[in-house]
Amino acid sequence: MRLIPLALAVLCFALPAAAADLTGTLQKVKETGTITMGVRESSVPFSYLDDQQKPVGYAIDICYQVVDAVKKTLALPDLKVLTVPVLSSNRIPLMANGTIDLECGSTTNNVERQKQVAFTNTHYLTASKFVAKAAAHLTTIDALKGKTVVSTAGSTNIVQLNKANADRNLGITVVAAKDHAEGFLMVETDRAAAFVMDDVILASFIASAKDPAAYAVGEEPFSLAEPYGIMLRKDDAPFKALVDKATADFYMSPAGKANYAKWFQAPIPPKGLNLNTPMSKGMLGAYARPSDNPDPASYDK
Amino acid sequence: MGYHWNWGIFWEMSPEGTGTYLDMIIQGLRMTLITAALAWAIAFIMGSAIGVLRTLPGRAAPLLANAWIELFRNMPLLVQLFLWYFVFPEVLPAAWGIWLKQLPGAAFLTSVIGIGFFMSARVAVQVSSGIEALPQGQRAAATALGLTPVQTYRYVLLPMAYRIVLPPLTSELLNTVKNTSVALTIGLAELTARARAVQEFSFQVFEAFTAATLAYLVINLIATLAARWLEARVRVPGYGRA
Repeated sequence: MRLIPLALAVLCFALPAAAADLTGTLQKVKETGTITMGVRESSVPFSYLDDQQKPVGYAIDICYQVVDAVKKTLALPDLKVLTVPVLSSNRIPLMANGTIDLECGSTTNNVERQKQVAFTNTHYLTASKFVAKAAAHLTTIDALKGKTVVSTAGSTNIVQLNKANADRNLGITVVAAKDHAEGFLMVETDRAAAFVMDDVILASFIASAKDPAAYAVGEEPFSLAEPYGIMLRKDDAPFKALVDKATADFYMSPAGKANYAKWFQAPIPPKGLNLNTPMSKGMLGAYARPSDNPDPASYDK
Repeated sequence: MGYHWNWGIFWEMSPEGTGTYLDMIIQGLRMTLITAALAWAIAFIMGSAIGVLRTLPGRAAPLLANAWIELFRNMPLLVQLFLWYFVFPEVLPAAWGIWLKQLPGAAFLTSVIGIGFFMSARVAVQVSSGIEALPQGQRAAATALGLTPVQTYRYVLLPMAYRIVLPPLTSELLNTVKNTSVALTIGLAELTARARAVQEFSFQVFEAFTAATLAYLVINLIATLAARWLEARVRVPGYGRA
């Protein structure tokens, strides 16, 4: 019986020291030789499928920087990268059960969600705004008084719309759409006067509409700009430290700025749309001083 | 698994600011019950009428009934709801279309009518099979007694036919309740939609859907028990199952 502790001790020494002190995601990546990214199918320009059904986008490029850092740290030059398409309804279970290691998309980082998952440095800031037909000449939130306005069910945007409606006593009929595409469709078909959503999502819908000039985004935002982050498993400090460092280094380098310009200020696949969205003041700050702070006010300086 | 369970989530305030997460689930449950009840009323009334038409003598009435049944039974419910919600207002005259689209409860009305018509096709088939299951002699006897066709159905055929098809009709009632979840695709804030909203806000996906699952289970158990009770109560002694 004394042989068992001895055998265990020998076994411990036999294992390579590097693998022994790895935990969580890094340990899993080392053992399997693969890292899995969760990608979105239609979150333009963050994470979507191009005409060859290959996941591309601003957040995907950032995730590849993280993968490079993982390769270096674990000395795994031929680390395999898998991509798994995720939806907003299944990304949490897939992350919790280890199917995906990084979620590369447009997920809002907030305090509530941090009870379940962790986020790395903010890669985008977006405010809720509304889009309406240009012919309707709506620029302020007050101009929506008494109209039917749509937003996506379960989004923070619909919460902000309801709040503005109640606070300012606007008598807006709020309608919930199942997804962003349906919300925009409701404005296109005049079922609703305006669609409230993150400004960057509105920009991509307008750019891909049949007649982009027929739509205008209202000037007044419903909220401070909220941060988007790449999602990681909670309570995995070594992996989070690695991802935080990789993203911070990337944002502060000229390559990071070039990556932003590639997706927001130049034609993007598959149709060559140009979102024409230069970095806002908050974004310049988020790139100069990378932060995973979920508080929108911290970026508004 | 790296999941952080938090069953206390239901007692926390939701970011909607109108109550707790539990209130969100309860609102969804209420919407599911109202939608299912109204859709079932349409399904039962229309289904009975179409089912009777299908068994009438002559050619025109059964043809009409079969057309209705095939139209609504052969298309997926999801497609039907999309057609009612997005396509139907576009084929109306422009002014009516705009009026219909700006109606406050458009998603609710569309769901009630869409699910009601879809289920009516299924109810119609059940009711007509119930009538056809009766011995030919019953209709003949009613005619011999000098009853009009309306009286024949009202006093002779339908009372027995409904008793025969009560168990399958119960399944259709349960299906109506479950089919209301499809209405989330046109923006109805019913139980499944609210469970999804809870998980979007809090990221507690398993807790949210466990609550929704239990709610559907309880509704359908109550409906099943009520139907059993009704079956026992209206049973004609000596007829059908012992």
